[in-house]
Order: sequence, then C-alpha cells, then structure tokens
Amino acid sequence: MNTVFLVVVLALVWAGISGSFSGLNLLLGGVVGGVAVLVLREAFASPKALRRIRRVISLAALFLYELVVSAVRVAIVVMRPDLSSAVRPAIIAVPLTVKSDAEITLLANMITLTPGTLSVDVAADKSVLYVHALDMADKEAMIADIANGFEKKIQEVFE
Amino acid sequence: MLAGIELYFGGALLVLGAAFTLLAAVGVVRLPDLYTRMHAASKAGAVGGGLILLAVAVLSQDAAVSVRAIIGVMFVLLTTPVAAHLLARASYLTGYRPCNDTVIDDIAQRNE
Repeated sequence: MNTVFLVVVLALVWAGISGSFSGLNLLLGGVVGGVAVLVLREAFASPKALRRIRRVISLAALFLYELVVSAVRVAIVVMRPDLSSAVRPAIIAVPLTVKSDAEITLLANMITLTPGTLSVDVAADKSVLYVHALDMADKEAMIADIANGFEKKIQEVFE
Repeated sequence: MLAGIELYFGGALLVLGAAFTLLAAVGVVRLPDLYTRMHAASKAGAVGGGLILLAVAVLSQDAAVSVRAIIGVMFVLLTTPVAAHLLARASYLTGYRPCNDTVIDDIAQRNE
C-alpha cells in the first residue's frame, strides 16, 4: 500500500510543480510517478508487497474489461427483436474454493457485474454460490470460467 | 488545445453513458422475469451511470469535482451488484419463480 501512497504523492507533487490541478494533469503525474516507482522499485519496496499490488491491479483491470464486455453483451441482447430465443436463463450452483467472507463477497459482486451472470444466493455452509445466467450455453464451461478467472485472481490477492 | 480534446472526449463519454442507461431501461421492460431484468439493470445501468460520472470528471476542469466524480464511480460499481443480488435473493426467497424458459434451477433442486 506504501507504493500506492507514494504514487498519489508524486502525482500531487507533479500537479503542484506544473501549476495545474486539472484531472488530466493529475493523471499524467500519476502515470509518471507510477513509472518512476516501477523503475526504482528495488530501492524501497519489498518484492512481495509489489507483487501483491500488481495482482490487485491485474484483478481490477480484468474486472473493468469484463464489466464493459458484459454491458455491451446485455445491450446487444436487449436490442434483438427475437428476445425470447436469445435468452436461455438458468440458475446454477458454482462450487466455491474461496472460504472467507471477504473473498466470497468480492467474488459475488464481481460475478454480478460480469458477462451473463448474476449471483443470487450463497449456500448456508458457504460451499456453493448460486449464480443466475442470462444465456447459458454450457454449465461446466461457465463454472470453469469463474473458477479459473476471478476466483483464482482473488485467491492470489488474499493469499 | 488540451481543453478541446477534453470537450470531445467528455461529450463522447456522456453520449455513450446515456445510450447504456437507455438500453438498461429497455432491457428492464423487455426481458421476461426479475432475474433477467436485473442483468440489464445492474450491468448496463452501472456502466451507463459510471460513464456519465466519468464525463463529469473529464468536463468539470476542477480537480475537486473530478476526484469526487471518480469516487462516485467506485461507489456505483460497489453498490449496484449488492442491490441486484439482494433483489434477486429476496424475490427468490419469497417464492418468485424464474420464468418458464429457465433451463436449470439448482436452488430448486437443493430444496427438494
């Protein structure tokens, strides 16, 4: 977390020096600061902390990408004239390998905002997440998709 | 020069966000049951609202407003899935069954 703080400070310093606090300038300062921190990382950050930050960023990037894809896909489905044949809803049980409440919450939220899936319920013993799919083609493929995508990345961040 | 680019970029974000919000509304009307409707309302709705807030951040030319708009985007992305999940869960627990097109219902199998 120190590195993130450092990048924010560097961005503010950049904006202060260049005399403009506009959003674009702050963003530019953040990018420059991030590159500087990346280049100098051995000097002040332990490799483990940095790896974790990289995993958080990679999880956030995956999430934003999937979010845009899912919104576009829902928008396309909604515009189709033959709507009832385009949707094949299903509620399926996805077995969970993550165990802590924080991880399950994060996973459930991310599932809701990603293509074609919406989390409905968690089993009382936290072993299974019930997911509603808008257009289910292959149950096994969908379960594997969640397990290998978000669940794995969340585990990496929390380990 | 830079201000001109911001204007076009912000305008494009605004139009895109409005389009997604409109499609989310169309989806809520057209889709067959609550669960499928939540797909449209949560995903397209969150992206639409998020894009409009991003447009505010780009167009405001004021760091204080921009930062608050971006924090607003984060809160939209944090709260929308929770609301969608709670609506879906509450309606399932009160006995609202998924529509007849639904292929598999693992919750029903659990309860049997």
